[in-house]
Amino acid sequence: MRSGSTLEKVLKAGAFAVTAELGPPKGADAQVIIDKANILKGHADAVNITDNQTAIARMCSMAAARLVIDQGLEPIMQMTCRDRNRLAIQADILGAAALGVKNLLCLTGDHQSFGNHPQSKGVFDLDSITLINMVKDMRDVPAFQCGEEITMAPELFIGAAANPYADPFPFRAIRLAKKVDAGIDFVQTQIIYNVEKFEEFMAQCRELGVSERCHILAGVAPLKSAGMARYMKKRVAGMDVPDQVVERLSSATDAQDEGIDVCVEVIERVREVEGVAGVHIMAVEWEESIPEIMKRAGLKPGSASL
Amino acid sequence: MIVTKPKPFRKIKQFTDPHENILVVGCNTCTAVCLAGGEKEAEQLAARIRLHRRRQGLGGSVETVTVLRQCEHEFNEEIAEMVEGRDLLLSTACSIGPQALAERYTGVRVAPAMNTNMLGMVKEHHVWSEYCVACGDCGIYKTGGICPIARCAKQLFNGPCGGSQGGRCEISPDVDCVWQQIHDKMVSLGLEDDLKKIMGPKNWSWSNHGGPRTLKKEGFQP
Ligand code: SF4
Ligand code: SF4
Repeated sequence: MRSGSTLEKVLKAGAFAVTAELGPPKGADAQVIIDKANILKGHADAVNITDNQTAIARMCSMAAARLVIDQGLEPIMQMTCRDRNRLAIQADILGAAALGVKNLLCLTGDHQSFGNHPQSKGVFDLDSITLINMVKDMRDVPAFQCGEEITMAPELFIGAAANPYADPFPFRAIRLAKKVDAGIDFVQTQIIYNVEKFEEFMAQCRELGVSERCHILAGVAPLKSAGMARYMKKRVAGMDVPDQVVERLSSATDAQDEGIDVCVEVIERVREVEGVAGVHIMAVEWEESIPEIMKRAGLKPGSASL
Repeated sequence: MIVTKPKPFRKIKQFTDPHENILVVGCNTCTAVCLAGGEKEAEQLAARIRLHRRRQGLGGSVETVTVLRQCEHEFNEEIAEMVEGRDLLLSTACSIGPQALAERYTGVRVAPAMNTNMLGMVKEHHVWSEYCVACGDCGIYKTGGICPIARCAKQLFNGPCGGSQGGRCEISPDVDCVWQQIHDKMVSLGLEDDLKKIMGPKNWSWSNHGGPRTLKKEGFQP
């Protein structure tokens, strides 16, 4: 065991893992986190705590992660390279580990021009891959990036993101392989609607031995409306929403219900793909949909069977 | 070269209105080549300021002089007589120029008429693109002769982020994804295996993050 986290135990036991997402509020209200944690508890093995997602300033992921732990739910703390240099990142990692965080998701981060402080200075001292490498060395050597010894290593299960829909497509599996080489234990993919393309990506991953060396969680998300589907298709870089999905939502009498059905179908299909170790359900600001998705998909968190 | 862009005239007015005897100092190197602050542009700017001052009933004088290279004291020395009696030197050089003037002519206030944008290349007539941020440790041998530090919005070292789409950067459809270009170039050179290697964290201490830099050529006496 690298971290002893529930997520690690589930994946190492070969159980199908379920992770979800919990976005901290744009305010200091701990109750928001507590309420969301209680919706998700029992439905996920661990939940991602986003880090200033889409470059919008929010409560920090470390504090939110601790609040989630206090509710008896396991956090996957997200860490981006956009807002901190390597000093701040290492300090936060040690602090997070001291507060009981056991899973860390390493990201480059969306560019600051997307968020609510487009005038800010992006840091990008490291990129996701050099960040992963640094965290691995902090845990395994254990040493800081400069080589100095760490007295007590942060025991972390290291994760990353992968986007099968970004370009250039032939490089996507290779880039994930670089993340594996750099030291990840698990990966969560971008939201999948185009399952065929995801299958192609997975075939490349298997060929590169990626699926044997790290646990791959397929990203899924329920669409709330046809408008949201269209927005994601057109405006979100690196998203692939097939026309037929948009059509299904626009012609449905109950778009939310249809959105959940689409999500459940994707889950059923990706479960069958060789090398998929779990799903990551991103129901941002729609956490209540998760119990329903799990029910319709006949899913239980992997930890329920341990 | 250093690419400069004239400041909006409303800014120029803020700088010049409170002054009486203004000397617009052009520079005939980079800023002249990018058609922003050479002799001709300095004269045009002076004429515009004069017109504005006449309309506003502001007195005083606005004259022009252009030096070959404002980033060298040797050339700025030549305008000492012209500077005599002025209370503002408005420089149309890149931002090194007005600082050089401030250093040489310590008793006179200096203002920049330009914004220094980038170290760029002429892509086509009247179009420049950023190619370098002077990081001090050029690594483009490994990236197909294309710089990801200056030309990737996130300064990535290890390949395109998840926002790269159709050759465009996630920040805007008008911006190329330089990592797509690096990828294609390396593939065309048969060097794609190089991109599979992990590039370690960059040493930023050679860049401006290491503090202001001074370069001394060894073996030369000042
Ligand atoms: S690697 Fe550094 S020196 Fe080389 S082009 Fe890029 S910014 Fe300039
Ligand atoms: S889309 Fe390309 S250029 Fe833009 S930040 Fe990502 S890798 Fe860099």
